[in-house]
Amino acid sequence: MSAPLRSRPVAWPRRVVHAVLILLALVFLTLFLLLPLATVFVEALRQGLGPYLEAIKEPEALSAIRLTLLVAVIAVPMNLVFGIAAAWAMTRFEFRGKALLGAFIDLPFSVSPVVSGLVYVLLFGARGWFGPWLDSHGIKIIFAVPGLVLATMFVTLPFVARELIPLMQAQGSEEEEAARVLGASGWQLFFRVTLPNIRWALLYGVLLCNARAMGEFGAVSVVSGHIRGLTTTMPLEVEMRYNEYEYVGAFAVASLLALLALVTLAVKTLLEWRYGDEIAAHAPGGH
Amino acid sequence: MRKRVLPGFGLSLGYAVAYLGLVVLLPLAALAWKASGIGLEGLVRLLSAPRTLAALRLSVGGAVVAALVNVVIGLLVGWVLVRYRFPGRRLFDALVDLPFALPTAVAGIALTTLYAPNGWLGRWLEPLGIKVAYTPLGVFVAMVFVGFPFVVRTLQPVLSSLERDVEEAAESLGAQRWQTFFRVILPMLAPTLLTGFALALARAVGEYGSVIFIAGNIPMRSEIAPLLIVQKLEQFDYAGAAALGVAMLLLSFGLLVLVSLLQRWSQRWAERSA
Repeated sequence: MSAPLRSRPVAWPRRVVHAVLILLALVFLTLFLLLPLATVFVEALRQGLGPYLEAIKEPEALSAIRLTLLVAVIAVPMNLVFGIAAAWAMTRFEFRGKALLGAFIDLPFSVSPVVSGLVYVLLFGARGWFGPWLDSHGIKIIFAVPGLVLATMFVTLPFVARELIPLMQAQGSEEEEAARVLGASGWQLFFRVTLPNIRWALLYGVLLCNARAMGEFGAVSVVSGHIRGLTTTMPLEVEMRYNEYEYVGAFAVASLLALLALVTLAVKTLLEWRYGDEIAAHAPGGH
Repeated sequence: MRKRVLPGFGLSLGYAVAYLGLVVLLPLAALAWKASGIGLEGLVRLLSAPRTLAALRLSVGGAVVAALVNVVIGLLVGWVLVRYRFPGRRLFDALVDLPFALPTAVAGIALTTLYAPNGWLGRWLEPLGIKVAYTPLGVFVAMVFVGFPFVVRTLQPVLSSLERDVEEAAESLGAQRWQTFFRVILPMLAPTLLTGFALALARAVGEYGSVIFIAGNIPMRSEIAPLLIVQKLEQFDYAGAAALGVAMLLLSFGLLVLVSLLQRWSQRWAERSA
């Protein structure tokens, strides 16, 4: 520690300033973040555990859970494969239009969720581009499961790519080039060299992608048509119950989504603590 | 250009471009095409309608103010989490991402319940004459909530890599702590704060799920632009919905370009003064 050579008077002892700042930040975080989270569980259990479990076991709730899982099971792997392909192309090769491709990948993050759903209605809806053709072939996309999947894919498209691109850029391609020179085939090289290097970042991206996919509301609500038991995902079920003044039911389903959020946060934090270096330069926020 | 030793260029780029084209670009082309169907006259009529203007003003104005507030609070929270040690710090740090992880509909009904006149927070604010739920103030609260993590998360890595010697130099030259903060630290953080501002803004402008529950959706007063799009769609006014969608996209792109210009300027300014 340096010698106490302070000649100027310290009007406010630093410790007091620090304590006040810490207190302010914690009060804000508690009132603004912790309290809404607590509200979800308190409201869900307002009438006790029985009605809570009852509300979750209703057929509409169960079908909403199934549909949410189905949508995520399709949309997340699609964006996983896309993210790997995009990151491989963008970090291992030079080509014209790379910056533009990067900007397009980020595009869904700056589009309102409602617009993300709207664009598919304009494409596949009854009066959309392909509406008449789809209609005459008996294919339903809007107000049906394919529309929900597409809207979710649009909204969650950037997550994996955004996580992988900065990391693979930072890692460079020496190891892969060495493997290539030693005679590894393309897929051998990918599965034995690249994948082990990016696995934690990949998991991180998938985690965030999945959280958004299961929780998406705006985009999905536009293409859903709100057909109970058929096209209502969990967030839509929350909305419908809430609007019908079924508060315990709404918060019961909401509590499952809040639990998903908590698990996501816990795993995310764990990954950051243990494998921070291997997730590395992840984009701030990451949405 | 480096020689291509690695395989898979054609496959990976081809797949990425095709997927992006089908999932993002083709649908956005449909949006532009449908919007053009409304014609210039129709567009002017739509955008000059008082109800549209009020909704756009609330979405954009609310988002700008919410992002500004998030810059201030984000700076405080980011600073405290990076610079100070206290029990529970890591827990609170993890909590910052809650608005990212919590589905918007869940946040929406939770905030509404919390700020309703009989809610945990609303019952204390009501006697003070502050009504949050079902007013424009509620829209603002929801927008601050969803945008909150952006400033903190952009700021943290920069704050922890900030060279302390600059601060120490300033202090050894006789600067007060607050002078060091406002004259030395803040200018260095300005470009980062602008990035956080832009991210929070982009998120709040188009926000729907967390806002519609608490807004009350009173036309001309607490109705946001995305809700107007939904209503047009429900009336099968596809062209009107598309035109509003395009208007919102252009507005948020315009704002983002403006912020990035500001950022470039502040970066140059920070470098020159450093």
